[in-house]
Amino acid sequence: MTKKVEEKQEVTIVFAGDSGDGIQLTGTQFTNTNALYGNDISTFPNYPAEIRAPQGTLAGVSGFQLKFGSIEVATPGDDCDVLVAMNAAAFKVNIARLKKHGTIIINSDGFNARDLKLAGYDTSPLEDKSLNDFRTIQIDVTKMTRTALIDSGLGKKEMDRSRNMFVLGFLYYMYNRKIEGTIEFIKQKFAKKPELIDANVNVLKAGYHFGDTSEVFTSRYNVKAASLPAGSYRNIMGNQAAALGLVAASQKSGLDIFYGSYPITPASDILHELAKHKNFGVRSFQAEDEIAAMCSVIGASFGGKLGITASSGPGIALKGEAIGLGIMLELPMVIVNVQRGGPSTGLPTKTEQADLLQAYYGRNGEAPMPIVSASTPSDCFNAAFEACRIALEHMTPVFLLSDGYIANGSEPWKFPTADELPSITPKFVPAKTTDETYLPYKRDENLVRDWAIPGMKGYEHRIGGLEKEIDTGNVSYDPDNHDKMVKIREEKIAKIADNIPLQIVNNGAEKGDVLMLSWGSTYGVVKTAVKECNAKGMAVGHIHLTYLSPFPKNLGDLLKNYEHIIVPEINNGQLVKIIRDKFLVDAKGLNKIKGIPFSTKEIIEVIEQKFEVA
Amino acid sequence: MSEALKNTLMAKDFATDQDIRWCPGCGDYSVLKQVQSIMPELGRKKEDIVFISGIGCSSRFPYYMNTYGMHSIHGRATAVASGLKISRPELSVWIITGDGDALSIGGNHLIHMIRRNFNVNVLLFNNEIYGLTKGQYSPTSPEGKVTKSTPIGSLDHPFNPLKLCLGADSTFIARTMDRDPKHQREILLQGSQHVGTSMIEIYQNCNVFNDGAFELFTDKGSKLQETLFLESGKPMIFGAEREKAIALDSSTPRIVNISEANEGDLMIHDETNHFQAQVLTSFFDNPKDEGHLPRPFGVFYAEDRYRYEEAMEKQITGATERMGKGDLDKLLRGNNVWTAS
Ligand code: SF4
Repeated sequence: MTKKVEEKQEVTIVFAGDSGDGIQLTGTQFTNTNALYGNDISTFPNYPAEIRAPQGTLAGVSGFQLKFGSIEVATPGDDCDVLVAMNAAAFKVNIARLKKHGTIIINSDGFNARDLKLAGYDTSPLEDKSLNDFRTIQIDVTKMTRTALIDSGLGKKEMDRSRNMFVLGFLYYMYNRKIEGTIEFIKQKFAKKPELIDANVNVLKAGYHFGDTSEVFTSRYNVKAASLPAGSYRNIMGNQAAALGLVAASQKSGLDIFYGSYPITPASDILHELAKHKNFGVRSFQAEDEIAAMCSVIGASFGGKLGITASSGPGIALKGEAIGLGIMLELPMVIVNVQRGGPSTGLPTKTEQADLLQAYYGRNGEAPMPIVSASTPSDCFNAAFEACRIALEHMTPVFLLSDGYIANGSEPWKFPTADELPSITPKFVPAKTTDETYLPYKRDENLVRDWAIPGMKGYEHRIGGLEKEIDTGNVSYDPDNHDKMVKIREEKIAKIADNIPLQIVNNGAEKGDVLMLSWGSTYGVVKTAVKECNAKGMAVGHIHLTYLSPFPKNLGDLLKNYEHIIVPEINNGQLVKIIRDKFLVDAKGLNKIKGIPFSTKEIIEVIEQKFEVA
Repeated sequence: MSEALKNTLMAKDFATDQDIRWCPGCGDYSVLKQVQSIMPELGRKKEDIVFISGIGCSSRFPYYMNTYGMHSIHGRATAVASGLKISRPELSVWIITGDGDALSIGGNHLIHMIRRNFNVNVLLFNNEIYGLTKGQYSPTSPEGKVTKSTPIGSLDHPFNPLKLCLGADSTFIARTMDRDPKHQREILLQGSQHVGTSMIEIYQNCNVFNDGAFELFTDKGSKLQETLFLESGKPMIFGAEREKAIALDSSTPRIVNISEANEGDLMIHDETNHFQAQVLTSFFDNPKDEGHLPRPFGVFYAEDRYRYEEAMEKQITGATERMGKGDLDKLLRGNNVWTAS
């Protein structure tokens, strides 16, 4: 039957199932397909720390949320329009987030007695009257999949692995999308197992045709292309964007990358991505531990490469001493922290912004270093590029902060051409022409020293972790020298402020009652909330910081333009402490520490309270 | 090129203007002297040589070598050198470390560097004590060692460093001593010529906190009795009158009197024999025990195995040939692009 097609501006879908159900893959495919239709998109994968948590349990539920629209999409959405629940546990974990009159697509085979028991239901929620508020589409996905594969010669277990393709095909039909892109993907993914190509493609088609022929719903939906700024786009995930930013910086600086790291969630994907690009001269080294990863980077930087490492909080803690050495040596290197819930092992697969103070202060002695942070998945590219630029032009280790939310989230990216990117000039010493002794710690007007690397004749020198004499770099225990060197190193970092852009008011009122001052992955949600408040007539501004150390030079002045300053963070109040300390303003924290991002609602509520009080 | 360099550079070209800060009488001086003296023999330019150390008395070493150098942090010289070697495989890299630095805080990096077999030279200054921190027992101190941190004796069983290295699949292991400059020089040269990780353990006397730890091996009166100097292709002979030798009794080494032994029973030193190296590294008896075996010095084992950094270069060239030199625009575009107008 032909179904009528309804236009939608934006749709939020949550795919949820067991961690073995291929939910992340389904979500990613649906995202990539919609991206090619020109939608603006934001995604939020949310999965358990265990690779295969006990099947059917609440702990084992894996989710993938995405919002796609023909209008600007800056967050993956608070509540969803559509919930796909592959089993009872997935239903239980996510049902509260479904909007009234929303649609539930249920795999009825995931609601048998055992599933219900594991999810803690006495009776099936599908029979509950409360479901009357929703539109429920029940499909026995297992049965449909097995039927589609009856002639495939595959065993039941193998057949069931394609169930996610049935759901994906069904949704493609529902949202008026072609399945060809995913067929291409399947062909590549299973290039070595042709029998699985056929199986997955057949099930995908079966799901699509089921949407077409069944009577379970009457209208299809269409989400038109978003009116994004003109240009070429691709969809990109945060960790992938970070890796590309590092490669771009390597190309623009003419220095090959040495990437030393140790596997850790959620940073490992940067290693995986970089390891693919050996033809860019990337030397990726999986070290024996976090400390070795950091130290190998120091060795590589000493050798004249672009040394980079990435980790997450626990690994960064282990690297602390070596980062201090990097600061003392004044060699360029980049340390990426893809933050996750802490302390200790904490919540490895959940997001948090709680390592800002660690980046600021987490080393022994007076050890300042620049900190750059990424705001969105695609912004990881810019932030990574900037971190490398600052490191190489200012001869210092630089922190790049990302987090699990943007690392695994994705969005459309208007990628630059190589020509559009600025070039980066490493601070190498000129070739030696005189007999003058080389002073490794002699500095330019920015207090930056020159970089001489092994192989450069006449520049042989020794550096180390002991305090150095000004200019010569010789070991010095002189009290006044130490006092001066501590201040020189501090001043050197402060001077980077001359070489970064001034802060702008990113959204909303340039002056007014309330300023939302944010950093990192809260960008999209704060922007959305501020815009909604502006639409209601509230004078709210939004400043989002990319440069956390040093701050842009005009930040203090901008802060004076607002009555109240609210600092929303996915931590217990860290930037807020630094802002209060540096600018002596009465900034207040808005904090959520649940391992999940803010919802737009949560931010708006707090802004509105300020206006009610005022 | 290398021959010409050998003629122009001299040991004194490798000295720096820094005051040497080791205690008078410390064994480190002798090693510094020998290392400086073999540098011209490497046939390498000064600017292509790098010394990297960790923390400890011996780790001050790079400051006294007029090459490139880094005095890094405790236990990590091996890790720093790994990154440097991957980045700049052509450099001649020397790691200076001690028993605490390499075997305690840096134990993990040491074994991993060894299995990767980077082409570097490791000088492990073993003085069986923590000198820089003023006299605590180290991972090579013997059981029961009385030190400041173990007033009634250490409870730790010590590491046998060369056995540990062999266990990590070392491709070159050797032992020498500060008090025998000639032997030291020979071993340093052999180590420098080995392509792969050359592990050289140097018995080094800390005359302040552990004086005489190796006296039995180094003193004229006992040296010949207590040591076994390994020579490739020769039987393992030792003793004041070179009257004793090692023979293998099935797989157990035992001391025999040459006059009474069958020549065919004597162990002949073969650096390429891994089994023999295992036997030799086990010659680690307390020299005060009755019937103990002598302590071997020299090159125990040498093997040619691929170097990590060379394999890495091959992967990079291979990938570049296969995929073409990286094209940034192509990388940034990816495979799924759409246009908004
Ligand atoms: S403490 Fe011992 S090892 Fe250290 S410099 Fe003095 S004698 Fe040498």
